[in-house]
Amino acid sequence: MPDLDHAPAPVEPRDPGTERRNARIGLILFAVYLAFYAGFVLVNAFAPSAMDTVLPGGLNAAVIAGFALILGAFVIALLYARLCRKPHGVSK
Amino acid sequence: MIPDPSALAIAVFVSFVLFTLALSFYLGRKTRSAAGYYTAGGGVPWFVNGVAFAGDYLSAASFLGICGMIAFYGYDGFLYSIGFLAGWVVALLVIAEPLKRLGKYTFADALDKAFNSRGIKLAASISTLVVSVFYLIPQMVGAGVLIRPLLGLPHWAGVCIVGAVVTLIVATAGMASTTWVQFIKGGLLVLFAAGLTVMILQRGLKADASAESLQPQTVTILPGGKKLVNGLPQGRGEGETELRPVGHISKLPDGASETGPLNPDEFLGTLRDSEVNLWAAKTVIADDGTKTTTYTPKPTSGADVLRPGNSPTFKGIQGDSILAKLNFVSLMLALFCGTASLPHILIRYYTVKDAAAARKSTVVGIATIGGFYILTLFLGLGAMTGGNLDVTNSNMAAPLLAKSFGTWPFALISAVAFTTVLGTVSGLIVAASGAIVHDLLGGTFKMTLTDSAKVRIGKLSSVGVGLIAVVLGIVFEKMNVNFLVGWAFSVAASANLPALVMLLFWKRTTAAGIVASITVGMLTSLGWILLSGDTFKDVYGLSPEQSPVPFSQPGIVTIPLSFAVLVVVSLMGRRRGA
Repeated sequence: MPDLDHAPAPVEPRDPGTERRNARIGLILFAVYLAFYAGFVLVNAFAPSAMDTVLPGGLNAAVIAGFALILGAFVIALLYARLCRKPHGVSK
Repeated sequence: MIPDPSALAIAVFVSFVLFTLALSFYLGRKTRSAAGYYTAGGGVPWFVNGVAFAGDYLSAASFLGICGMIAFYGYDGFLYSIGFLAGWVVALLVIAEPLKRLGKYTFADALDKAFNSRGIKLAASISTLVVSVFYLIPQMVGAGVLIRPLLGLPHWAGVCIVGAVVTLIVATAGMASTTWVQFIKGGLLVLFAAGLTVMILQRGLKADASAESLQPQTVTILPGGKKLVNGLPQGRGEGETELRPVGHISKLPDGASETGPLNPDEFLGTLRDSEVNLWAAKTVIADDGTKTTTYTPKPTSGADVLRPGNSPTFKGIQGDSILAKLNFVSLMLALFCGTASLPHILIRYYTVKDAAAARKSTVVGIATIGGFYILTLFLGLGAMTGGNLDVTNSNMAAPLLAKSFGTWPFALISAVAFTTVLGTVSGLIVAASGAIVHDLLGGTFKMTLTDSAKVRIGKLSSVGVGLIAVVLGIVFEKMNVNFLVGWAFSVAASANLPALVMLLFWKRTTAAGIVASITVGMLTSLGWILLSGDTFKDVYGLSPEQSPVPFSQPGIVTIPLSFAVLVVVSLMGRRRGA
């Protein structure tokens, strides 16, 4: 009787090269997003009046930046899923 | 209370809950083994899992708290939306994949795999329990807030109903059902939010310049507990009165009286050039114990509404105090780091078959959640200007907004919001009972349990955690839902994130380092919160000036501290061992 408690969720074949590559892509994309998020938080905290600026299109910087961060998270996630590879030896 | 119970709303609501339960029982019959109970056998399709992420994550706080905060204060509520979503980037890009490769069910198991240390199991399972329970509190409070006006029942009854239903779902079926329930609920929530947004834009903006809309309102609680509204007893009979619904634009640009249908861009642009009536509350307690709260209209320019710093929580960023600014940065940091550290989110990462499927489900999850958060801005502003706000309770803003469009939207939104609470609570209870069965009993105390005993104890602990959540949900009735979520995120980020990140990325991490980091992160963030000015004011009823900590949000101090402790303890241990 296998110990179901500790039976791992299905594990893929290990492929350290691909894993390292995927992890590096993840960290680079993370750094890009972190820079935007940190910029947004710091501007809000230390120069909140900049968020009042009305940008072309008639919306202010606060609303545009907020939408951009939310859409940006999606774009980053999509890029990551595209760029990552499956482990070697897996069909498809 | 403005909305009175309606038969249609109750019928829709009850059908929804029964449908959820029936589905749960049906799927539950397929789940027998411990592996199936906890992770649905790794066999949930990625798209379903992705939308279920949204079902888990879009909690009572997201829906009720954020909409309410935007409706009462404007853009500041949207800052929470941004922070909650940004956290997913951390979860996906940094934590998720290496964890999935470790192939374990719980946070504690994953940490333990590298070290096989009982200390880690103990520390991690306690932190999972603490975070789950803290995150459960706002959900239960939200449930009470929803139930009271919907069914006309008191707060405690709402909390008990949620507790009973969820415990029943979890104890009878487990994760397989909750993944599917979360999928349906997450999908419906976003669809209904989109539908409401379309209705808001179709309705456009209307100005109400009547003298009545600018009359202050009062709520008085007499020493005997009797409640007066605007000087008359509260009620609907003769000589009684109810609070007037509020939430109007006082001036539209160019003196127009209404705009007609608007596109999203025009909606925000027109609002910016308008003037909105927000409401300021002030409570005075007289010597004889009479408590009077006066709500005064405060005409505010649309430009102020759409900029940060208009709410009590964030107003510090418009001032000069560095500490107030750090407090804001600290909260945004905790929101950023907290998502990846929530135990119920991590568990769902194990329910798909491989890493590629997990990535895809996270993309779906981020799209669903992000779409919803963009809608929160329109829902909140729609509620702010829709003329149907309860001035005493921001958490009711979203359901009342729906009610301004008719009984059907109100009934549906309330039902979905309630199942939102059900879903989040069930995910948390699964995480908490998993921590008890796997980590405390199996790991720390080395109890050998048969598979069926594990499932039985898992169900028993679900009931136990459910009971605790019900009690806390009643005790914390008066506390702001968003404030409570902030607690949970801060504690989760301080206790769990450093251990997870360092385990995955720093080869010299030791078991002692992880135990120390979890313990220090959990205790310092908890201690900081309990000693903070906000807690002094809202919980103990003391002056916030007596608080010994410089600002309320702990994250900016306790997260780095927990990292530092891990590094120092790990390095010291190495040297001694060498």
